[in-house]
Amino acid sequence: MSFTITKHLLVPKHSKVSDAEKQKLFAAYAITEKELPKILKDDPAIAALEAEPGTVIKIERNSPTAGVAFYYRVVANG
Amino acid sequence: MITMDRPVHKKISRMDFGLFSPKQIAALATAKVVTPELYDQEGYPVDGGLMDLRLGVIDPGLRCKTCGQKLKECPGHFGYIELARPVIHINFVRPVFDLLKSTCKYCSRILMPEEKAKRYLVLLNKVSEEEGFEARRRKVKALVTKFKVKDKCPHCQEKQEKIRLEKPYSFYESDIRLSPIEVRARLEKVSDEDVQLFGFASGFRPEWMIMTVLPIPPVTIRPSITLESGERSEDDLTHKLGDIVRINQRLFENINAGAPEVIIEDLWDLLQYHVTTFFNNEVSQLPPARHRGGQILKTLSSRIKSKDGRIRYNLAGKRTDFSARTVISPDPLISLNEVGVPLAIAMNLTVPERVTEWNKAHLRAFVERGPLLYPGANYVIKPDGRRKTITAETKDEILTELETGYIVERHLIDGDTALFNRQPSLHRMSMMCHRVKVLPARTFRLNPAVCNPYNADFDGDEMNFHVPQTEEARAEAEVLMLVETQLISPRYGLSVVGCIHDGITGNYLLTKELILQRPEAIDLLYTCGVRDFSRLPNKEKLDGREVFSVLLPADFNFSGTDRSGSEVRIKNGVLTSGLMDKANLGQESGLMLRNIYETYGPAYAAELLGKISKLGIAVLSRRGFSIGVSDMDLPAETKAEIQRIIAEAEKETLALIDRFHEGKLESLPGRTLVETLELRIMEVLNKTRNKSGDVAMKQVRDSAATVMARCGSRGNVLNIAQMTAIVGQQALRGKRIEHGFRGRTLSYFKRGDLSATARGFIKNNFKSGLRPHEYFFGAMTGRDALMDTALRTPKSGYLYRRLSNAMQDLKVDYDGSVRDASGKIVQFAYGEDHLDVSKTKGGELDVKKIVEQME
Repeated sequence: MSFTITKHLLVPKHSKVSDAEKQKLFAAYAITEKELPKILKDDPAIAALEAEPGTVIKIERNSPTAGVAFYYRVVANG
Repeated sequence: MITMDRPVHKKISRMDFGLFSPKQIAALATAKVVTPELYDQEGYPVDGGLMDLRLGVIDPGLRCKTCGQKLKECPGHFGYIELARPVIHINFVRPVFDLLKSTCKYCSRILMPEEKAKRYLVLLNKVSEEEGFEARRRKVKALVTKFKVKDKCPHCQEKQEKIRLEKPYSFYESDIRLSPIEVRARLEKVSDEDVQLFGFASGFRPEWMIMTVLPIPPVTIRPSITLESGERSEDDLTHKLGDIVRINQRLFENINAGAPEVIIEDLWDLLQYHVTTFFNNEVSQLPPARHRGGQILKTLSSRIKSKDGRIRYNLAGKRTDFSARTVISPDPLISLNEVGVPLAIAMNLTVPERVTEWNKAHLRAFVERGPLLYPGANYVIKPDGRRKTITAETKDEILTELETGYIVERHLIDGDTALFNRQPSLHRMSMMCHRVKVLPARTFRLNPAVCNPYNADFDGDEMNFHVPQTEEARAEAEVLMLVETQLISPRYGLSVVGCIHDGITGNYLLTKELILQRPEAIDLLYTCGVRDFSRLPNKEKLDGREVFSVLLPADFNFSGTDRSGSEVRIKNGVLTSGLMDKANLGQESGLMLRNIYETYGPAYAAELLGKISKLGIAVLSRRGFSIGVSDMDLPAETKAEIQRIIAEAEKETLALIDRFHEGKLESLPGRTLVETLELRIMEVLNKTRNKSGDVAMKQVRDSAATVMARCGSRGNVLNIAQMTAIVGQQALRGKRIEHGFRGRTLSYFKRGDLSATARGFIKNNFKSGLRPHEYFFGAMTGRDALMDTALRTPKSGYLYRRLSNAMQDLKVDYDGSVRDASGKIVQFAYGEDHLDVSKTKGGELDVKKIVEQME
């Protein structure tokens, strides 16, 4: 039985961040890729995105305190 | 030598860890140790012994033969011994094994084709350049585990044999043991390039992991102690080294004498054992080396490791001066911010005060009283930094020379700043700043309201006390840690301190039912510190609420609910409706205290809390508040009613059991028949307790117990029901008491009895008394609860330790993100919503109120 985990209720939405948005994010937090949390290239949640290392992934999480919370992770090689 | 007056500034840019070669060990050494003897007949260290004077000095008066310095100046120097036969270093068994497994038996090349090895080497260097040393190490580890044992060498095509490690340190190649000499010979032949793939930095050789010489640590790290009897007791390390030297000498002699190979092998093995336990005496497959008494020797790695090791005991755990510890006891009369300090402690701990033009006379008086008269002083520190003890003899001299610039270390006095702490320090409120209040007797006194943040009680708890020694430390402690600044918990945004026990009960009764004569009211208010009675209505008979309202600020407005659900309204500082109970006065609940804190500030809130508590206590002590067995009496009809309910329940359970035996019981979805029966019975019995409890509560007179349960100061309805009506079903792990191996809970019952009584239902109450089997069931659940807490505390303690160590340097940055020490982001918005919980009310931000205030 095949199963798409990205459709699962508990898996938050993962999406690629555009270059412009990425620069904006880096400027807002005064960071480089090094300071971002990482996500494995072949993480099941982003396998379908086929993101290259260095791509920033935006995660929209449901938060009990804030409604929706955004989280960013940079794709890394294993 | 580096001295304190000329500090040397050096920035360490990097540190390399590696192996010493035998040559380096010998070159670093100042002495070669050749004899296991320590001292000669005169008690003088033997040359070439383990206590050789060239290895450093541990006796006062002697000078080091290497550097010529005295005790405490000489840092100690290494020596070495030449081992008769090489032995493997226990901590390098793993890498040696890896090397043996993946190198050729004959040509000593790595068991990997040339190109592949080259490729890996390039990759390794790339990784270390790009991602740093840590990443290189991980890569090496991954590589080494990937090296597959091949049957054939890709270089010389020779067949390879399987190598086996017999723990802790023997290697076998097709059941023939490889001696350390053979192992070392193989490692010597591995090329420098191949060795790099195993993670060796250039310049280090794998054969150095098999030792031919052993460095002897300086005597300064293994000092001997002179006992009272004048006898010398050597350090564990010295003992172990003695063993090594002794066996080594014997091995030498046997080899030279041409002894049979068996004897030499045995001695060699013994030498290996001693060298191994010298490094690590906790190797799992080896019996630890012991003292004659059977005590396990503490050798090198046990000096460093675990809780009592150098790191956690000496480096992470520092001991402190100017501190005290004793039993705590309550004192509701001192302020929330105060701590009662026993006189004996106040005369021992000191505060340094610098003498100036303006306080000279004041400090002189302290010195004049000396160390034995309170408040006096114990020491003065001269401007040159020398410390003088004040005694009857030195006092006059000190008094004449006492001048501006001297520092007087005077006794603690009322109002001094101190830190107070109770372990386990689980949150920041576990260590708070208090003002000293010197009191007689021998315990620390604290206001019972601060028990909650410390999680303290008075069943023998002890607490620690620290006196800050500088102005900066005192200021910091007062501003950041004073009790009143810690009222609002950063965990849930409500007050962690509040009225407790009688403080709540008294105010509850006052606001609920008391009508006071004017003099009575004045007396009450005076007791709790009110001096201005202008806000007390000018009437002869006063309502309790009117008395209570005098404490409130005149412009305070508040609306909320009390525990019974009716509205509490305070308008312009007057309580117009509602009762003062736990919901409003208690700790960790209610917004009244929270609002007062917000509008009038921490100091006011702390003072008000003290006044309200005192008012409650005063009310109770004047009204009287007591409990008796007769409070639990029930009228005959009620008793009969309860009996009826119980009888009915028993009948119902018996009916269920009968239906079960007849097979007529229908099982609930997803449950077996037995489970269904148990669930149904539990349901019936629990219903019984609730029902009879309710019946009883209706009838119980307005006793102290019900008052306390109602206002929330102590106890609850269930406790009262258990005393007056029925104790109820005892449960172990959510089930009725199980029948055990013999089919019954106690021999008092028939086997297989499923009835309520036989499975832990207590139908008596605490007043009527329990039947023996009921008492036993009660004891069973009591024991279970006790065991549970005893087992859970250390578990959660360790969990907390791991969490706090993992998160200790996370902080909220100025941009609202949570980052670790290296600036890496952990959360993009603190708590995902940027909220500081301590600025909220129970985790909710009251936007309406903020808007109201803006307008």
